[in-house]
Amino acid sequence: MTLAANAVRWLAGRKVIVDDVTVSIEPGQMLGLIGPNGSGKSSLIRLLAGLRSPAAGEVVLGGKPMSGLGRRELARRVAVVEQHSMTEANVTVLDVVRLGRTPHRSALSPWTSEDDRIVTEALARVDLEGRSDQFWHTLSGGERQRVQLARALAQSPSFLILDEPTNHLDIQHQIDILRLVAELPVTTIVAIHDLNLAARFCDQIAVLSDGRLIGCGAPMEILTEGLIASVFGVDAHVSTSQHHGRLHIQFRM
Amino acid sequence: MRRSRLGAWAAGFAGICIALAALFVAIAAGVALGEMIIPMETTVAAITNRLGLTSVALPRIQEAVIWDYRLSRSLVAAFCGAGLAISGAILQSLLRNPLAEPYVLGISAGASTGAVCVMLLGFGAGAFSLSFGAFAGSLAAFAFVALLSSGRQTADRTILAGVAASQLFNALTSYIVSTSANAEQARSVMFWLLGSFAGVRWPEVMLSASVVMLGLVVCIWHARALDAFTFGEDAARSLGIAVQRVRVVLLLVTALMTATMVSMVGAIGFVGLVIPHAARFIVGPGHSRLLPACALVGALFMVVADIVSRIIIAPQVLPIGVVTALVGVPFFSVILYRARRAA
Repeated sequence: MTLAANAVRWLAGRKVIVDDVTVSIEPGQMLGLIGPNGSGKSSLIRLLAGLRSPAAGEVVLGGKPMSGLGRRELARRVAVVEQHSMTEANVTVLDVVRLGRTPHRSALSPWTSEDDRIVTEALARVDLEGRSDQFWHTLSGGERQRVQLARALAQSPSFLILDEPTNHLDIQHQIDILRLVAELPVTTIVAIHDLNLAARFCDQIAVLSDGRLIGCGAPMEILTEGLIASVFGVDAHVSTSQHHGRLHIQFRM
Repeated sequence: MRRSRLGAWAAGFAGICIALAALFVAIAAGVALGEMIIPMETTVAAITNRLGLTSVALPRIQEAVIWDYRLSRSLVAAFCGAGLAISGAILQSLLRNPLAEPYVLGISAGASTGAVCVMLLGFGAGAFSLSFGAFAGSLAAFAFVALLSSGRQTADRTILAGVAASQLFNALTSYIVSTSANAEQARSVMFWLLGSFAGVRWPEVMLSASVVMLGLVVCIWHARALDAFTFGEDAARSLGIAVQRVRVVLLLVTALMTATMVSMVGAIGFVGLVIPHAARFIVGPGHSRLLPACALVGALFMVVADIVSRIIIAPQVLPIGVVTALVGVPFFSVILYRARRAA
């Protein structure tokens, strides 16, 4: 199954936020979405996740336009992790992860042992087994993102869409979360700020600037010194890391 | 897992039984206590007589007090408490605001204005049009709050909009009553502003019972959708919830329940605020348990509050809103203080 945006456009009031973007992702890959603040990353993420409808163009999921899919059907295939999840409710880790089963259940269908199995598996995947009774508000930022990741996995999705999931985390937890995501057996789209992390973990990188797609391809091809200078306005030195063999971007400050 | 779920069911069932028993005792006490103390066995006999199960000879006056005055009053109090508590829980979840409830948001005030318009300005007549007027008024208050707090919805903005709505609609109610009513009717403005269970009879029991039962069923049907709102609207949408439809349906149900209560007993404050928090403390935040718990605890609280209002300065009756506010305002302050510290 593929997920693709065909010439999508999105406006906030009269301001064009996403302008004529065409991008697609191959099954099993991890696509990184990079661009400066206000370049339209979050809006494109929302369009791809079906949380907003494009003003023009369409998002296509498995050959069908997303607008033709039911909400629940969509939620069984595409799971979303937001930048920063907040709640006033006194919920536990287990309560949150169980929310992931919502699109698979009707109003009256009971909780099954299959649901239990999937939730337990999701918790194990993010190394939170045994923490299920802990309250959400006692968790650290990194743990909260892992819980949300487990919730997304409990949706049993084909696609996982993450909007700057590492934004509020320290470097150790940023790497933790991205390594976890990269190892998951799902197709992933992730908006991300840090160019080195993007180059390290993503198979493909799409670059946005002022709502337009500047380029899309493997990190080696896309993240050139020229592109970084023109899109981000910084002077960078790009080399291949002797340490991990991927790109290493240094900034001249 | 299996065993703990069975245990949870058993605990839930036991909890419901205990709450129902407590509610039954409270209603019986509500019937027995008052200016004229009626023995419990007389109460039971009066009820079984009416149901055709027994034919015990009872003093006429006691039977009349039980059946036509106190029992109907206690039952309406129970349904009102349940309805207001459910409304509060729904509003708190949908608006993601721990301070939301029909009274604080001015929805009760809007319903009062609507009911007073029907009663004094003479749009239509009868109990039905009174409820309808209250419903229209509560929707107007909803619209007012939604308009004022639109855009970036933060907890304080919604509450401030609610304060404005309460002030506006209470002022309108007072204005309408003082300009178009006679002295007798003018005294009744207190009724709409503070609430009173005086004068409710069996038709009110039937109306409140059917509206609250309907509301409870609709809300429990949406329990999972309400859970999905835990992390906000986008999160609910990404879990496959039809956010717009759920919001409209549940806000309409809340408005309908609030309006029905207000048209019968006036605006009663803080029940919708206090009870959901207390219920959450007992059964946790999951709505499939929270909503029935709210209904039971709310009913119990209101029946007891009504008894207190009748016996504390007997033979006079304290307006019920005074009792609920005396309990509710300290509670409100604590939540407000804690919310401020968290932010």
